[in-house]
Amino acid sequence: MARRKVHVYDEKGIKESMGLTGRRIIAHTVLIFLSLLCLFWFYMLFINCTRTNAEISTGFSWLPGTNFIKNWTNLKNGSIDIFTGLRNSAFIAIASAAFCVYFSTLTAFAIHAYNFPGKNAIYTFILMVMMIPTQVTSLGFVKLCRDMDLESSFLPIILPSIAAPVTFFYLKQYMDSSLSLSLIEAARIDGSSEFRTFNKIVLPLMKPAIAVQAIFTFVSSWNNYYVPSLLLTKEEKKTLPILIAQLRASDWQTFDMGKVYMCIAFSIFPVIIVYLLLSKFIVAGVALGGVKE
Amino acid sequence: MKRVTKLLSLGLVLMMVVGMLSACGDKKDENADGATTGGKVLNIRVWNDEFAKRMRDHMPGYTVTDKENPLGGGMLGDVKVVFTQVENKGTAYQDALDAALEKQGDAKDDEKVDIFLVEADYAAKYIESSYALDVHTVGLTDSDLANQYQYTKDAVTDSNGVLKGVSWQACPAGLIYRRDIAEKVLGTDDPEKVQEAVKDWATFTATAETMKGEGYAMVAGYDDTFRVFSNNVTSKWVVDGKLNIDAQLKAWVDQTKEFTDKGYNNKASLWDDNWSSGFYPEGNVFCYFGPAWFIDFSMKAEASKSVAAQGGWGLVEGPQGYFWGGTWICAAAGTDNADEIKDIMLAMTCNEEVMTNIVKKDNDFANNKAAMEAMAKTDYTSKVLGGQNPLSIFAAAASNVELKYISTYDQGCNESFQKAMKDYFDGVCDYETALTNFKNTIKAKYPAITVE
Amino acid sequence: MADTKKSQKHRSVTRGKWGIIFLLPFALAFFAFQLYPLVSTIYNSFFKNFRDGLTQVGPEFIGLENFKTLFQDGLLLKYAGNTLIMWLIGFIPQILISLLLASWFANHRLRIRAAGFFKTVIYMPNLIMASAFAMLFFALFSDIGPVNAVLESMGFGTFRFFSSVWATRILVGFMNFLMWFGNTTILLMAGIMGIDPALFEAAEVDGARPGQIFRQITLPILRPILLYVMLTSMIGGIQMFDVPQILTDGYGSPNTTSMTLIMYLNQHMYSKNYGMGGALSVILLIMTAILSLLVFKFMVKKKED
Repeated sequence: MARRKVHVYDEKGIKESMGLTGRRIIAHTVLIFLSLLCLFWFYMLFINCTRTNAEISTGFSWLPGTNFIKNWTNLKNGSIDIFTGLRNSAFIAIASAAFCVYFSTLTAFAIHAYNFPGKNAIYTFILMVMMIPTQVTSLGFVKLCRDMDLESSFLPIILPSIAAPVTFFYLKQYMDSSLSLSLIEAARIDGSSEFRTFNKIVLPLMKPAIAVQAIFTFVSSWNNYYVPSLLLTKEEKKTLPILIAQLRASDWQTFDMGKVYMCIAFSIFPVIIVYLLLSKFIVAGVALGGVKE
Repeated sequence: MKRVTKLLSLGLVLMMVVGMLSACGDKKDENADGATTGGKVLNIRVWNDEFAKRMRDHMPGYTVTDKENPLGGGMLGDVKVVFTQVENKGTAYQDALDAALEKQGDAKDDEKVDIFLVEADYAAKYIESSYALDVHTVGLTDSDLANQYQYTKDAVTDSNGVLKGVSWQACPAGLIYRRDIAEKVLGTDDPEKVQEAVKDWATFTATAETMKGEGYAMVAGYDDTFRVFSNNVTSKWVVDGKLNIDAQLKAWVDQTKEFTDKGYNNKASLWDDNWSSGFYPEGNVFCYFGPAWFIDFSMKAEASKSVAAQGGWGLVEGPQGYFWGGTWICAAAGTDNADEIKDIMLAMTCNEEVMTNIVKKDNDFANNKAAMEAMAKTDYTSKVLGGQNPLSIFAAAASNVELKYISTYDQGCNESFQKAMKDYFDGVCDYETALTNFKNTIKAKYPAITVE
Repeated sequence: MADTKKSQKHRSVTRGKWGIIFLLPFALAFFAFQLYPLVSTIYNSFFKNFRDGLTQVGPEFIGLENFKTLFQDGLLLKYAGNTLIMWLIGFIPQILISLLLASWFANHRLRIRAAGFFKTVIYMPNLIMASAFAMLFFALFSDIGPVNAVLESMGFGTFRFFSSVWATRILVGFMNFLMWFGNTTILLMAGIMGIDPALFEAAEVDGARPGQIFRQITLPILRPILLYVMLTSMIGGIQMFDVPQILTDGYGSPNTTSMTLIMYLNQHMYSKNYGMGGALSVILLIMTAILSLLVFKFMVKKKED
């Protein structure tokens, strides 16, 4: 009985290890292919930054041109103030991401850990809010901001991120699968106040999920164009996507694709940095899997 | 932190409620009509830096704060000039302008719109409203305006005959042809003889056939001749509230379909890569249509290998006169800077010397008959056009342009029509389907128009 | 046992007020910024309310007239179909590849090299603005672009991608896929993180095959996150706008076959038609709610099985 089992296991083991090598090769090939597909666009962007408007219009090239510094000086000294744009974008994106993840976690925790009348109704209601198309209400939103005299203010762009049902929903789902209520109970027994428990125990435990959502919110806020473009018309308040659109829409007399690509690269660069910094949390978070409880 | 945010949100809710109440409560006069003087800030609404540059280079008494950044504004006497730029993508510029104009009555003096710029395709929208002032109110007289081309005035005259804007440029356009191709196929690159080969649409089509025989495309794509036809319509896009498709527009469709099917064009769309590939010697495009600004800025003269850089183009009138583009200056009702607006309008659009300088410095075609006709006789030449003086052709064309049939709906109609017809040219669908698609777009874009 | 349960329940009720307090910021932000636009959208759907140039027309109550108009011309159905097709073209590979990648990364026996690098890179296309991404796509697939240069050199001749119905739809789907598959993978990975590696080891010792491990262990634990991915992707799909809008310049060309519902809504905003726009929004909202409910029912029911 015992002998037979070992025999079967061996045979299976060999088969398995051959299969495993094959699967490893497939997995790595697919991953390399997908990575190239993802990185290609950054390469293309970089190449276009180094070329003149005329070169770009003649088509694609694998080799960089020689206009990198010229495009940069044109952009830097041009009619748009990219450094102010950078500052505005950074402020809005950081504030939005921070507000969004903190309050979404708080909201999710409220639904996850407490019982109160009408809880399920509120939960359903928040999920319904998620279904409202953003384009649908954005015009009404802009009108509201104009009526409140909040045009050219960052407040109506940052504060709504407190009520972000999509982020809330994710964090709630994450809590469902990995936040044990017994931990919170333990903290209570130790005499920790509810608010303190949230800040000192729940937030650290939710770090991987929060990092993920912080990245997502930061990026989408950084790239957000539509509503800010309707609200932020004052030069000193404009964000980078508005400036890019401005460059692209400048008429044919001053149109310079080299400059446009440079501006795009300039605005993507900080996001890449932030992403690379935060992505450590994602990667590490996955590696840490199972430490909880 | 949390408390602060809560307080903030609470404050916002209160503000919203108060804002809504007050919005209902006090209904002021719709907008303060007319103009006053003595304002300290001159607000100018623009979508690009062209006008800011013209001001910097040509406006007497105006000092720009930062030469490299004309949109940064400057000082005109003791009045601060502030530019507000909103890009002209879709209707973004108009949306922001509309919102500002609607608040004009309640706005603080220093935030009131004083000047706004408009383009021909949507000028009527503002001209027919009370937001744009009669230029005579600001202080311009008919004799000041006597030298401006008639069409530039027609474009901004409302249905009661009141002139509500002025422009520093006129954009009469012609046909711009490749000299080397003309030499090879037509045996001459002399403008007068080339004009014979494109003098009307029938001859134009015949020449296209010849070009095709030699391996050349007559035009780059679908949209090249659109403006030529659409400027020569004999009815408006909307007649008695109903959508109307003029015979000239149908003629454009038929011609372009024929050209596409017979291979007279490269199936390109305006401004795309394929379209602009004709700007280089390897390209096979015989001619483009365009005004002065097009020749100087759009034909890639800055690229050393382009045909333009080598002076390889020539200019003739082409089959029909037309114009393309142009920017008009309007004074906003409720402005508190009437004096400065008058000075700007006078200097930038009526002053012969400034007009002459604009041509010399910017190769634009300025809106002044006397100055242009005088310059046509000088040794002014265009490098792109191989040393040809284009001004006499433009001057003749500018006098011939007629603009009687513009409407508030031109921007959306022109654009949607070209887009819809592209499917027909591409062979994706038949004319009827393309027309239905166009009508559906118009229904959605302009609910005020009856579409049958 | 029953006693502790009771006392637990009692305690959680007294603590319930904290739940409500923690909900306040969300509620305030929602009431301040989202409620009014939402209510006015629904309200406007029953009114004739648009601009004719600078002239305001309406608001004038017209009942269900806007809805009638929308359903009568049949465009709504066509555009809904377009939206669905383009969403599926992007979403099917997106969810499959994301699941595959997430399970690969979670499988320690596969020993993926440079896993950190791959995990980092796959999300990166999302960092590029949709409009910038579309510009690059355009340049690549234009009539004289590099893709056509390759086709030409291979003797296939020029293929006009943006004049072909399916090529355009596939490009829209492909671009959406590229932009979002990394996002989905990251979400799923963060979900897999919650799985105890001991579970996998135990399963392997018991001789479970990789497919079995995936179905029996990974999928069930992933369910809450998967529900999230399904729902948000579907809602995002219904609201598909920027990619086709930019790639087709807002016209859904060729022949309006890549026109989505929100692009249609956007056309109504040209003349600030809050009436028709509102009606279209209400329809979208109802549609989304029904579909979400179906997904919910389906996923939750499965859980109970």
